[in-house]
Amino acid sequence: MVPLSHYLILSAVLFAIGMFGALTRRNAIGILMALELMFNAVNLNFVAFSRYLPSTMLQGQIFAIFVITIAAAEAAVGLAIVLGLYRNFKTINVDEINLMKW
Amino acid sequence: MTVIQVVFFLVAAFTTAAAFLVVLAKNIVHCAIALVFTFFGVAALYVLLDAEFLAAVQVLLYVGGITILLLFAIMLTSRISARGVKIMNEQVGMSAVVVLAIFAVMTIATLKGLAQVGPPDPASYATASLGRLLLTTYVLPFEAVSILLLAAMVGAIILARREREKD
Repeated sequence: MVPLSHYLILSAVLFAIGMFGALTRRNAIGILMALELMFNAVNLNFVAFSRYLPSTMLQGQIFAIFVITIAAAEAAVGLAIVLGLYRNFKTINVDEINLMKW
Repeated sequence: MTVIQVVFFLVAAFTTAAAFLVVLAKNIVHCAIALVFTFFGVAALYVLLDAEFLAAVQVLLYVGGITILLLFAIMLTSRISARGVKIMNEQVGMSAVVVLAIFAVMTIATLKGLAQVGPPDPASYATASLGRLLLTTYVLPFEAVSILLLAAMVGAIILARREREKD
């Protein structure tokens, strides 16, 4: 059997990759993709814990379902915002959208 | 090394490689395709963890829904064939340092803090008990999340709608 720490470290790797993408991407859609990676890493953690810790039964999977739902809502609203940005600024590179920056 | 372990390492390597491609690929459409493979890898990991329902949800919702949404947004906004465009901002170095530090903290915490976790119980959980739990103990968050989805849908429609009076 695969030990729990393997799953947790894989999840940490995915989370770190997603965080790097969210911090460095210029394209707003690329940032949203990196966010989805981070959501997946968190879900993997939840499901692994719910499988390996017998006292917590299925709570991890329940929470993973809620995280997936909220990720879907976030993607819909985020992409609508990206479309609105593109309509107003003709770009979706987040470092060129600096209207409210000092 | 058992078969399960070999499968785990193969799937883990596949998922990690696809995730790197999502973050580092130059063409944003390639990123979206790599994201599909990452989602499939995570779904395979769910199957390894005896969470078949979540694996199905992962494939249906992420691969079928969110990726299509992302591809629509890509087609509607960016110039896909733009060559020589910088894909990363100027804070790459600092971001790498921060991300490596956080990864180190998480790894150390995992290795030091979880040594005493025993082997998993062999009983496999049925999807039926998941559904029962969702409609009894967790029925209030379930309903709250459905209202949130409705609000997100209305919000997305309003945000993405063109304003008529400006034409």
